[in-house]
Amino acid sequence: MIQSFKMALRSISAGKMRAALTMLGIIIGVMALVVLVSLVNGATSSVTDKVSALGSSMVTATISDDKGSPVTLDTLNEWMEDPELGILAPIATSIATGRSGGESASFTVYGTTAGYYAVQNMQLFMGRWLKEPDIENHSYVCILNENAAQELIGYTDCVGRSITLNNVPFTIVGILADDEDSLTALFSSGSCVAYIPHTSLVRLSDTVPTGITTFYASAPEGGTVDQAKEHLEELLLQRFDEDDDAFSLSSSSILEETMSNVTSVLTILLGGIAAISLIVGGIGIMNIMLVTVTERTREIGIRKAIGATRGTILTQFLMEAVVLCMMGCGLGIFLSWAILQAVSTVTASVGLAFALDGSVVLVSVVFCFLIGVIFGLYPANKAARMKPIDALHYGG
Amino acid sequence: MIDIQDLCKFYQVGDDRVRALDHATLHISPREFVSIIGPSGSGKSTLMNIIGCLDVADAGVYKLDGLPIGEYSENELAHIRNQKIGFVFQNFNLIPKLSAEENVELPLIYQKVPRAERQQRVREALERVGLQKRARHLPTELSGGQQQRVAIARALVTRPSLILADEPTGNLDSKTSQEIMDMFHELHRQGNTIVLITHDPGVAKQAERAIHILDGRITEATL
Repeated sequence: MIQSFKMALRSISAGKMRAALTMLGIIIGVMALVVLVSLVNGATSSVTDKVSALGSSMVTATISDDKGSPVTLDTLNEWMEDPELGILAPIATSIATGRSGGESASFTVYGTTAGYYAVQNMQLFMGRWLKEPDIENHSYVCILNENAAQELIGYTDCVGRSITLNNVPFTIVGILADDEDSLTALFSSGSCVAYIPHTSLVRLSDTVPTGITTFYASAPEGGTVDQAKEHLEELLLQRFDEDDDAFSLSSSSILEETMSNVTSVLTILLGGIAAISLIVGGIGIMNIMLVTVTERTREIGIRKAIGATRGTILTQFLMEAVVLCMMGCGLGIFLSWAILQAVSTVTASVGLAFALDGSVVLVSVVFCFLIGVIFGLYPANKAARMKPIDALHYGG
Repeated sequence: MIDIQDLCKFYQVGDDRVRALDHATLHISPREFVSIIGPSGSGKSTLMNIIGCLDVADAGVYKLDGLPIGEYSENELAHIRNQKIGFVFQNFNLIPKLSAEENVELPLIYQKVPRAERQQRVREALERVGLQKRARHLPTELSGGQQQRVAIARALVTRPSLILADEPTGNLDSKTSQEIMDMFHELHRQGNTIVLITHDPGVAKQAERAIHILDGRITEATL
């Protein structure tokens, strides 16, 4: 085996120009595969980063069965002391009719706490967000989105004015900026939204229980979302008798999942196209190996005369094809790396970085090996089947 | 050593069936130096191919060291060639990309001899043909006589039962030819069995015994 590897290296180095040209097909194929897939992955991760910046750098916890010990605001406050968790903020939703003067509108009312602002990365247009005392005192204060202010009051600069929600008067303390990029805005454009203290919502609505069913958790200072998620899972399991059906935790947004679906389709598509060029490269290898076998008919004859078996000859030529492929593959990967480095340098200014994708490198190595074997087999077999006398007397 | 009984070999040329060997019978004992002589087209190449296990006969029996050659598979024949026969060809048949020592080493690689022993035996074989200083040269860097000596070293290195030489002096000038023939005499004295195929009576008569072949038929004669 080692011997036939050495022989293969020898005969490849004997015709460097030809070997280089033959390898070119494989090199280009590998480059196409590795560079394209790495580019897609690089671009994806950069877009994904942006998407997750929109609000998925948090854990969403949903409790479906509280087992008689509901999670309350106090529980959340207690948990927030834990250094392995960041900010925890509950959310509860209800529908209410908002009125001001003669105007009325249907509102989606969210009940939450002060921490929600930071967890959800909210942006205020003016005024302030909910504060701790608002929660403690069941204050009747609300923060509206711009759209709600426009609909009900007629203008957005309306901090300090009052509206009623289900006939309970609320003072407007802040207006949210309509951030067109935010996920909330994406799903709630055109609707009226009011944020009020969680405690006030419990009083306002009959359907909202004191126990919290949904809350968000951010990553702790210097920690990751996954850490927070793991820790939260422990806490919740403890609370709910180790029953993991009682609650669910998720840390990625729907948009992110959709994105990753789209990009994996894209990766497969581009990878497939690149793989076709690799196969073309493989045909090039087969072609040149057939020429080599014919050229070296005499050598095959000599080797057979002095005792090479079919297997030996087969291994020798197969090894040559595989080594050619693998050399092309190695060069292709190296060049891909160089290209990606160059591209990264250029795109560094826009915050895009492209790295060699480990799995696609592995795939291309395996693929090249298979191409070497598959396209080397026919010529190698042709060589192995030659009769020693015919081969010896070939061309005089 | 070599026992050939009623060997026949046919070739199909167009519609004609050519009899390259016609009931050939011959016997060669160990340590003999035998030449097979005949004009071109006499069937001597066919005979040499069969003796060298490069080809099999259509009829008759060929036993080499008591082994019935006709009954072996292609791979088994490769092993027999590797172990028992050392070939020396008219046109040397060295592999051009390999150096002299690598050419000599090749049959040992096929025998799976360990590396250290291989190198030892290659050195010895090259010494015996007086080419130890040219070990690293490529065949193209050697003269015809030197190339043929490399080929002889390659034949010797496996310590074969039989050295089969096909017109070994055919491509050499008379002086070099004599050197090569002297080498065969030396090998014979050392106890090797040598079968030398030639069309040159001057070469043939240097052997102990000459076997004549004409139109595929064998007539033995001692010169």
